[in-house]
Amino acid sequence: MVGITSYGGYIPRYRLNRMVIVQNMAWYFPVIMAVAGGEKAVANWDEDSVSMAVAAAYDCMAGKDRKGLDGLYFASTTMPFADRLNAGIVAAALNMRENGVNNADYSSCMKSGTTAAIAALEAVKAGTKKNVLVVASDQRRTKMATMFEMFYGDGAAALLFGNKDVIAEFKGSYSINCDFVDHYRGHDKEFDYGYEERWVRDVGYGKIIPEAITGFLAKTKMKIEDFSKVIYPCYFSGTHSAIAQKLGIDKARAQNNLHSVCGDTGAAHPLLLLAAALEEASPGDKLLVASFGQGCDVLAFEVTDKIKDLKPRIGVKGSLANRVELTNYQKFTKFRELITADLGIRGEANPNTSLTLLWRRRKMLLGLVGVRCRKCGTPQYPIYPTCVNPTCWSVNDFEDYEFSDKEAKILMFTGDMLAASVDPPAVYGLISFEGGGRTMLDFTDCNLNQLKVGMKAKMSFRRRVTDNMRGFTGYFWKAVPQVEGGGE
Amino acid sequence: MATGIRDKVAIIGMGCSKFGERWADGPEDLMAEAFGECIQDAGIDKTQIQAAWMGCCFDEVGVGKSAIPASFALRLPNIAVSRMENYCASGTEAFRGAVYAVASGAYDITLAIGVEKLKDIGYGGLPEFSSAMGMTYQQWLANMTAPGGFAMLATGYASKYGIDMGDIKRAMAHVSVKSHANGALNPKAHLRKPVTEEQVLNSPHVAYPLGLFDCCGVSDGSACAIVTTPEIAKSLGKKDLVTVKALQLSLSNGTEFAYDWDGAHFITTTKASKEAYKEAGIKNPREEISMMEVHDCFSVTELVTMEDLHISERGKAPKDIMDGFYDLNGKVPCQPDGGLKCFGHPIGASGLRMLYEMYLQLLGRADKRQLPDPKFGLTHNLGGFPFMNVCSIAIVGKYSG
Repeated sequence: MVGITSYGGYIPRYRLNRMVIVQNMAWYFPVIMAVAGGEKAVANWDEDSVSMAVAAAYDCMAGKDRKGLDGLYFASTTMPFADRLNAGIVAAALNMRENGVNNADYSSCMKSGTTAAIAALEAVKAGTKKNVLVVASDQRRTKMATMFEMFYGDGAAALLFGNKDVIAEFKGSYSINCDFVDHYRGHDKEFDYGYEERWVRDVGYGKIIPEAITGFLAKTKMKIEDFSKVIYPCYFSGTHSAIAQKLGIDKARAQNNLHSVCGDTGAAHPLLLLAAALEEASPGDKLLVASFGQGCDVLAFEVTDKIKDLKPRIGVKGSLANRVELTNYQKFTKFRELITADLGIRGEANPNTSLTLLWRRRKMLLGLVGVRCRKCGTPQYPIYPTCVNPTCWSVNDFEDYEFSDKEAKILMFTGDMLAASVDPPAVYGLISFEGGGRTMLDFTDCNLNQLKVGMKAKMSFRRRVTDNMRGFTGYFWKAVPQVEGGGE
Repeated sequence: MATGIRDKVAIIGMGCSKFGERWADGPEDLMAEAFGECIQDAGIDKTQIQAAWMGCCFDEVGVGKSAIPASFALRLPNIAVSRMENYCASGTEAFRGAVYAVASGAYDITLAIGVEKLKDIGYGGLPEFSSAMGMTYQQWLANMTAPGGFAMLATGYASKYGIDMGDIKRAMAHVSVKSHANGALNPKAHLRKPVTEEQVLNSPHVAYPLGLFDCCGVSDGSACAIVTTPEIAKSLGKKDLVTVKALQLSLSNGTEFAYDWDGAHFITTTKASKEAYKEAGIKNPREEISMMEVHDCFSVTELVTMEDLHISERGKAPKDIMDGFYDLNGKVPCQPDGGLKCFGHPIGASGLRMLYEMYLQLLGRADKRQLPDPKFGLTHNLGGFPFMNVCSIAIVGKYSG
């Protein structure tokens, strides 16, 4: 049996109520008031498509063997590198095997997530791969006071495909590929360029999605009534309903598009909606998922008993529950670098990232892989040739030790107003890991006033360096303090 | 068997520039100012100096690499000059080089000079130092500054001893108030205004829980010492010799940071001070140390250091501080010259500036700050961060030989 063996989701913790955008920008373009309901998810200043993909991938791999992955396909339209495998960064953060795997980027289209999923399923079906992880993520910058600013949210989703312990069996796919350009982002352009909404609704979403689903049903001889959930992205709420109506899907069976709680997450959205549907699914349920972007991919799955055995995860539901309102519109625009604020002379330091060093220490720097002493068992980070335990001091007798999935505890911390930061104060501290090991990390997604020594923290892969001079983006891990009852 | 440095080397001259924002002067001017005073005090000719050590930390922004800047600034007669760089211990490290060279018998008379020109970078605080720990740390270590790195100590300390942060803040405020009071008496100090506890507690946040008045001055300055053997000193006609009683250095090896540490003390200071007392023949530092100049880069550093120097008991430094134990009229006056807090902190010069005050006090030349009959003076530098640092301790005193 081939199909989905696990899923994961990630929605960043900041939520921007659309009324905040309206209050700040409706003077400029009042039309945005028409879609002012609900809120959108906003990536923190240190997040991007790659970092969110890593979060979703870890969520998906909970209880699964990351070393067993034969490939990682990353889908996004907002990858930080045009030439450097972005999937490779995600794979390194997962501390995946390097030999005998195939990683790939699927890009430049809203349906690239589902296209990657089809490729993964076909590889598993063909028997050339056993486990392929598909991660889709997008963090699209938008011009202020635009419909895109209202509609787009940030987020990521991951699906693991395989042939063992399948939780949702693959029942076939069908695709339409056509050069329908509702919007595009040209080379070297910062923002999306969109065409008239009426045309996009009526000739795009409203026509292409039903056509693809109808084509799928004809091909597979399945009926729309067979499906307990039909999943497709469409941020025009009216059109979303109209598509359901056109296909004969009652309201309860059309998967909510998450407009009111998250916004449209681009290439990630079809997979994110599918992950949300899987969270609610019962064995025997059939799920139909469609995407949209220069055509449409349609995939069908049937949920199996194995879904009950899946380890608990944060998922879409958990991510949505971990929510902090971003009430400051200027902060949002600064996070997305839509406005210029002075970082001070101290912030001008722009060291070149040493690629030789990054290669030599890739496990340590991207995978948060330290070592454990074979003699005394002490986990340690960073890596030095001599064991840090003063009663041991054995030399070069180590095995790899992953810290990325370990829970930690805060030992000491501060909030630094002097450090150049996009979101001062820069909060950081010394943490100790459950099971041994400690290190000094930046903290993120937290409020200084809520921190206490002894508080738990989890690891999160974040963007660390944005080197605008050379175009390099650097990543590392940060600690996310776990405030009981939710943070502020 | 090593016998230590006690009484093997005497200081025959010292000099210290005025510390502060010396907009009009470069590092060469600061060195010349300190050296002018020093050579006059020593009463020797420059050509009698056989070797020199220059301490400087931020070579990139001020002085430049190598020891050539000192050789050029002082027009030293083509002698051996070495540059010492070991974070905030750089000045004391230069002194150690000069002292050890004399003690070894390799030279008769040597010079140690520390200098730092910080106020040429265009912004407050220390220069950005993301490259100071090498390229690997640059790729992952927290986005840290000096105040933030030390501020964390307060959270570790409060948690370990179950003390309310408000109480620690008050003790920290007293540390700063005391240093400001002392600095006001010192014409060479950078900051010469007394402050109140209220002012310290209400100063703007720099790094939680440190406010602006918990942080030392960032200054330009230079200080230096000329050393020789007690015998040569006597032959030069010197009386009331000040000799080196102990010189110790201890470096972190990563345990704090990656293995085991309570976040409420300095492992290095705890060790170096113990070794220094042994070297100096001091059995009960709380009773025997007459005065100290410690590395109060931040008020919390001084607070914790009182315990690491084995003068306050563990967990009791706030009480001693509030009791006035370390005030100018207290049992063990700390920072009689104003400390880093008010005299200022040109990194490479600081260790030698501390020794300068001890030297003045021991010779009875400390004017309004003069302490009654001091015997042992201790200086302490702490470079780096609480979790990875270089600690130097020096003890000087009247020559008893």
